[in-house]
Amino acid sequence: MREIDVALVRDAVKEMCIKANCCLNADVYGAIKKAQAEECSDVGKNILSQLIENADLAAAKMKPICQDTGMAVVFMDIGQDVHFTGGSLSDAVNEGVRLGYKEGYLRKSVVSDPLLRVNTGDNTPAVIHYNIAEGDKVHIEIAPKGFGSENMSRIYMLKPSDGVEGVKNAVLDCIEKAGPNPCPPMIVGVGIGGNFELCAELAKRALLRPVGSHSDKEHIRQIEDELLERANRLGIGPQGLGGNTTVLGLNIETYATHIAGLPLAVNISCHVTRHSECTV
Amino acid sequence: MKIDITTPITREKARSLKAGDIVSITGVIYTARDAAHKRMLENLQNGIPLPVDLTDNTIYFAGPAPAKPGEPIGSVGPTTSYRMDAYSPKTIELGLTCMIGKGARSSAVIDAMKKYGAVYIGAVGGAGALLSECVKKCEVVAYEDLGSEAIHRLEVENFPGIVIIDSEGNNLYDTEPPKYRK
Repeated sequence: MREIDVALVRDAVKEMCIKANCCLNADVYGAIKKAQAEECSDVGKNILSQLIENADLAAAKMKPICQDTGMAVVFMDIGQDVHFTGGSLSDAVNEGVRLGYKEGYLRKSVVSDPLLRVNTGDNTPAVIHYNIAEGDKVHIEIAPKGFGSENMSRIYMLKPSDGVEGVKNAVLDCIEKAGPNPCPPMIVGVGIGGNFELCAELAKRALLRPVGSHSDKEHIRQIEDELLERANRLGIGPQGLGGNTTVLGLNIETYATHIAGLPLAVNISCHVTRHSECTV
Repeated sequence: MKIDITTPITREKARSLKAGDIVSITGVIYTARDAAHKRMLENLQNGIPLPVDLTDNTIYFAGPAPAKPGEPIGSVGPTTSYRMDAYSPKTIELGLTCMIGKGARSSAVIDAMKKYGAVYIGAVGGAGALLSECVKKCEVVAYEDLGSEAIHRLEVENFPGIVIIDSEGNNLYDTEPPKYRK
């Protein structure tokens, strides 16, 4: 049994909130640069240049890349041989978010109740996913997610008879309906299988994978490649003003499902898909 | 060709702008997003006047990140505009001539733009750090309790945008993507 003081988790979460919001990850940055070189629309090319300039400026000044610094989504894989000390783990995560958003001059975008809508003033609470793993370490991934793109996400409870074509059509339909709203070029996370809530979590987890990575399942990898290529033929383009850069990356995660179902979730993300991780 | 615009923007000037025009805005603009629009229009129904006279004014759909010490404002890019579709026909009727945001608008908003003479300008969503460099001064003028969603008065210089929907209803989101569809 290894003891870990929750203060270590708090400090790690704080640092990751700031870093994820100010420093665009190399995979996304590289994908925007590549797209800028290959974009056929002049307006689109210019927009992509501005996104590169914006990312450079944000990192240099440690300013948020986008003013929507998101709701903090925290994924924690906790080794089963770990014992946390020093207080509540969830409180420590939220304290890390609170400190990160304050000290990083990040926007406080969370309301305490979805209907009463009073801002909590410190961007808490976070959305926290705990997972028990083997070993005595804690792996923390943080993915602050803006809502311009989150609002464009969908769940489809497809039938087994809809099959792979039904999945492909639904993903492309979701991207097309999102159009200019989620700040294209988008990054798309797809979850297939599980049940109603797990497919949504799979879609979110798919966004944690780097742009350009692939599923290790061959049949899924083929769908990723095909959908990316077809999405970029929709014409939506940077900011929805036309072009061949609509989706920078499309990742799919899958899980077993029920004989009666084919759950599908599409989590749309923007070109500021934020992600930071560490192991404690 | 880039068109320099100085606010306030009259109905006539708004009507002269055409979809596809690249613009550079200088002058005073006001931020307002979901919560501020809701409060403005609810107050109006209860006979409470708007905190800002909208005549010939520009609303930027945005909620800035906090300013670091010594800077006027934090990152401040546009938010998705369709969430203000429920309110924009009324604000346009009340005199608003220019909206800055990103993303699609409803036919009711476009009808109001055509009827009264208003323009919808797109700023690059997600370029909040870059756009904040155009803001020279920022002060909260109403609804301070809403935090980032308060109404901020911004003095901007050479704020870049593109006319997405003009007062004739021409809409780049309808006309441009089909050209690149394969």
